[in-house]
Amino acid sequence: MKWISLIPVFSVGALLLFAAKDFPEWGDPHSPASQSPVSSHFINNTGVDTEVPNMVTAVLADYRGFDTMFETVVVFIAGIAVLAILKGSGRRPRGRHRSYKLEAEPDLIVTYTVRLVVPVIQLFAFYVLAHGHVSPGGGFQGGVVMGASFILIALAWDLDHALVRMSLPRCMVIAAVGIIIYAGIGFLSMFMGGEFLDYAELERLLPVSREMARYYAILGVEIGVGFTVASIMFALYANLSSEGRLKGGL
Amino acid sequence: MFEDGAIINELLIERLNYFIYVVLLLIGLHAMIAKRNLIKKLIGMSIFQTAIILFYVSISVKNEATIPIYKAEHDPHGAASKAAAIELNSTNSGKPLYAPTELQSSETQQYANPLPHVLMLTAIVVGVATLGLALALCLRIQQGYGTVEEDELLVKLERSDARYSLSPLAKAISSRRRPARNSRNPRATGKSSSTPKRSPGYGKNLGSTKASKPSTAKTKTTQANKNPNSVNRKPGTTSAKIGTKKSLPPKKTSIKPAGKTSPQQKKGTE
Repeated sequence: MKWISLIPVFSVGALLLFAAKDFPEWGDPHSPASQSPVSSHFINNTGVDTEVPNMVTAVLADYRGFDTMFETVVVFIAGIAVLAILKGSGRRPRGRHRSYKLEAEPDLIVTYTVRLVVPVIQLFAFYVLAHGHVSPGGGFQGGVVMGASFILIALAWDLDHALVRMSLPRCMVIAAVGIIIYAGIGFLSMFMGGEFLDYAELERLLPVSREMARYYAILGVEIGVGFTVASIMFALYANLSSEGRLKGGL
Repeated sequence: MFEDGAIINELLIERLNYFIYVVLLLIGLHAMIAKRNLIKKLIGMSIFQTAIILFYVSISVKNEATIPIYKAEHDPHGAASKAAAIELNSTNSGKPLYAPTELQSSETQQYANPLPHVLMLTAIVVGVATLGLALALCLRIQQGYGTVEEDELLVKLERSDARYSLSPLAKAISSRRRPARNSRNPRATGKSSSTPKRSPGYGKNLGSTKASKPSTAKTKTTQANKNPNSVNRKPGTTSAKIGTKKSLPPKKTSIKPAGKTSPQQKKGTE
């Protein structure tokens, strides 16, 4: 019966290929997407509006700030949901899994390499986060790199070692703090007389121009995103690798 | 128009990126529809997502354009705009002001389209989070039912439905049968009524009425004698013998007490 599924699959494929004939060619500067006023407005005015050289960061955190805020909330909710689904579910003792439990020491070469590499990774995470205005990077990327460093610790030793440094309650608190930072900057600009997430109004708090107020508010927002993403990435790994038991694991 | 050379040329050389995106999308779609294993479905979903990302990114490419970050001459804090600001400050006195200027349409062509990059940036991270959530659900299903194969899951779900949500008619039938079975096999039902293991018996009774009598007798024996063995056999249940309904009921009951009996068993062994 499996071949029946090939019928919708190939019909969809035929439709898409038929439509692909009309798509613009690779790199065509006159394609509709590149000619749209939205895209050219972003390219032309980002420097004037926010003074951020990286357009992607400016669009992400300023023009589309509302979208990004709720994307962050989605990440946060996914972390909470994984916690709610798996927490305490893996307690059932299993005779078969006992035999897997190894008492072996962590490998010497691996642990020493990780010991050397993890600080560099974390420093690089901060660089990616803070330098997102002028180079590729930002809150999401920096957060993921940061979460990966904790995952690396958990892989090299075991999960308990990583949880000592970043326990799960702390993860959740940091994730919540990230969202509070983001929404807080939004509300702050609202209380200053603008609209929600209209960072320019923060100029009254910061001794800078309206554009530079946006610049710094984008940095603050990215830090909030980085907090949430980093801690949720690690919380996801910790829960999934140990079936919610939060010990042993991989 | 539809000559062989033309259309292959069109698809594989001029629009290779769209061809790859369609192929990836179809692989993902097929995996999501046809595979029975939930993990394989998730892998298909990830491939599907990758196809969409490729599509968006290939839309945003422009020939002879750089990444959407201002070059030095357009940088709002670069030397060029500082020089312009000094010029401005010299003409109109007052507080110093930077004056980054709006780009002209000819300069717009030098930068790739930033919007698809932004959309995909968030989509990737949210995709990771949702994939984690889906994996957690799969893990929970595996813990609860001992399998992530869809067809085995459906059989087990049907049976647990029959056990827990009895329709009034089914309740009446089961209550009519209870005294009959009591009279026939008093010892077994008496024992089972004292323990919570009784409920699976009724559910099975409804699910497969034809095979109920022999199977209940069998399950009683398995519960009484084979419990330690059945715990050890439990992981083997994933390897599927779904076709015959007769073989299933004892397996089900052997799963049910696994959680309860295994601590005792473990204590015994240790």
